[in-house]
Amino acid sequence: MTASRARRRHRLRVLAFMSPWLIGFALFFAYPLAATVYFSFYRYNLFQLTPIGLTNYRFLFHDPYAWQAIKNTMWLVIVMVPLRVLFGLGLAQLLTRIKRGGNLLRAVFYLPFLIPPVAATVAFVFVVNPGTGPINNLFAKVGIHLPDWFNDPTWTKPGLTLLALWGIGDVMIILLASLLDVPKSLYEAAAIDGANAWQQFRRITLPTISPVLMFSAVTGVIQTLQYFTQAMVAANASQGNADQAGTTTAPGYPDGASLTFPQTLYNEGFQQFNMGYACVLALVLFVVAMFFTLILLRQFHAFGDDD
Amino acid sequence: MSPRPWRLITALAITAAATACTAGNQTTTDSGPKAEAPQTIEVWHGWSAPHEVKAFEDAIAGFHKLHPNITVKLVKGQDDTKILNAIRSGTPPDVVSSFSTNNVGQFCSSGALQNLTPYLEKDKVNLSIFPKAVQDYTQYKGNRCTLPLLADDYALYSNKALMKGNPPPKTISELTALAKKLTVRNPDGTIKVAGFLPSVTYYEHVPEHIATTSFGGQYLNPQGRANFATDPAFTKYLQWEKSLLDWYGYDNVKKFVHSMGQEFEASNPFEKGKVAMGIDGEWRTKFMEEEAPKVQYDTSPVPVNDDRQNTYGGGFVTGTIIGIPRGAKHAQASWEFVKYLTTNTDALVTFANGLGNVPSTIPALASPNLKLPPQFKTFLDVFKNPNSTTIPSTINGGDFVVKFQSFVQDQWEPGKVPDLQKGLQGLDKKVNDSLQLAGG
Repeated sequence: MTASRARRRHRLRVLAFMSPWLIGFALFFAYPLAATVYFSFYRYNLFQLTPIGLTNYRFLFHDPYAWQAIKNTMWLVIVMVPLRVLFGLGLAQLLTRIKRGGNLLRAVFYLPFLIPPVAATVAFVFVVNPGTGPINNLFAKVGIHLPDWFNDPTWTKPGLTLLALWGIGDVMIILLASLLDVPKSLYEAAAIDGANAWQQFRRITLPTISPVLMFSAVTGVIQTLQYFTQAMVAANASQGNADQAGTTTAPGYPDGASLTFPQTLYNEGFQQFNMGYACVLALVLFVVAMFFTLILLRQFHAFGDDD
Repeated sequence: MSPRPWRLITALAITAAATACTAGNQTTTDSGPKAEAPQTIEVWHGWSAPHEVKAFEDAIAGFHKLHPNITVKLVKGQDDTKILNAIRSGTPPDVVSSFSTNNVGQFCSSGALQNLTPYLEKDKVNLSIFPKAVQDYTQYKGNRCTLPLLADDYALYSNKALMKGNPPPKTISELTALAKKLTVRNPDGTIKVAGFLPSVTYYEHVPEHIATTSFGGQYLNPQGRANFATDPAFTKYLQWEKSLLDWYGYDNVKKFVHSMGQEFEASNPFEKGKVAMGIDGEWRTKFMEEEAPKVQYDTSPVPVNDDRQNTYGGGFVTGTIIGIPRGAKHAQASWEFVKYLTTNTDALVTFANGLGNVPSTIPALASPNLKLPPQFKTFLDVFKNPNSTTIPSTINGGDFVVKFQSFVQDQWEPGKVPDLQKGLQGLDKKVNDSLQLAGG
């Protein structure tokens, strides 16, 4: 009896300590998730609720815009995320080798990340504009004609990828810190054993920083699945016309090339007032993000064996 | 997972749904304090630039004299999302104004904004002071939940020097011939000066400013379904648009359009003398005054297709709207404010002068106090012309316009549509599917 009371008291104490997190979890995760599931079975325009069963789910299978957005988002996940990690790693590796002015270069490479995404995107679209952009004009002077990045459907996603590589500061700084944490003694021992630079990188650096690489990949995938601001701003800025009363712009300019999944969700929820269908899209995004995260975590053996 | 957490989740979800369904209260014309009682009303609007905010304050100066008991608190820079969220949460402002006529269908059908008809009938406001197109875009299926607060309309701007003595065209065939005659090309065939760019990617040359005005296309049939494949006007518009585009060369037009500046920058090609004729809103007169004072230009109604010459003089009309949210706490004072601002000639003229917009009632158009450039007269005439058009309200905003524009820009212009009829049928299906999903 006494033991059981003590156990109960212990449990209550644990719960009391956990309560700030539990309350946060319930309010900001469990409740919104439950509400999203609930509204997904309704036609909901923020004012009227009409039960429509699985109609919203069925519509998803025949919605050409959602499928185009899924394809674009997958393209960005498959191309942009690995490139960001590789580029960030390469840059960080180079910075570890620079003896003089290294600190200044770190700051320089980190700076673009500090620019607010809207400003950075507008500036980037401007500098690579085929008519007025200094970069495209500079290349044109030496006979190299760069693509019409954000007005040509073929080049829009590569253009967005370039923009992402320009703002690589966050990935670079994390990888740089992890590279500097690799014990020097390991490299010295390997050098004595005759290992070359590649062998040292492959056998010492990579295994040591793999948790950080995994972190970069997982956060990169989640960020890319939620990719919204840059794609939307680039589309608006490159179109040249303003979104105002009496005029309308299609999301995903040009030809849906920059239409990402969260943009479709936003468009359905806040432009067309199909909040129920937007909830279905949000659930799909949640499930896909969970799926990718679990796959990556398994891939990097983050579970299990250590303990 | 044991069943208990599911019970909790279900309970939370039901609570969420219940709170969502019951937000706000329907208000009647008699609710809240009487208009004569001392009170403060909160008015949300979208303008944010200092001169715009000042124009609004100047416009309501007369209201303060008329109703000294009502204090008006203006809140600038609001948009439809914030408005909808405030109404949904049950704590709306007393009056809201929106730049988007596209959302009138949603505002009215959902009951987010109150039906103003009882107020209008009670005070015997004569709706004929508003042009027909304006009456159309402020209501949805007979529910008039908004009134117009200034307007925008569209006309043809022509650069006098580049026109080389030619008068502005009145028909599409005249426009086409003149566009070809006035175009100047570089030695490699690219465009140096464009006569008239037909592409929908050229700023205000979007389909709603040409397809309906010039060709008479009706976006929706009487059943409220997409009409693109059925109405021959759209086929005529598209075939004309593509033939002129092909005369320039699609790549040439694309290069020309994409190498220009933004619409609202001083590098706008009409302001820079690179385009002889272009369709634009009345606000461009203000831009011309400030950014290109040396450019001599004329304005005239948008040319119409040759088989519709009797409709010449009309144009596309849209504008800002104003309404009273459901749940507004001072509904009667709010109505006095809305009535004053939307029907009082002095208020509208003061506001129009401050913003360079079209005043939204017919009496205000004739006011001698309107201080606008001479080219503005065309816009005043287009506004009251009975042939002027607007887009219909639907339950899902301007989705059909967005999808049509996307079809023209991304599929039709680059030549990706081998069978136009089939392409338009596909477009109709997409529009109808979305309408159906939204409950329309």
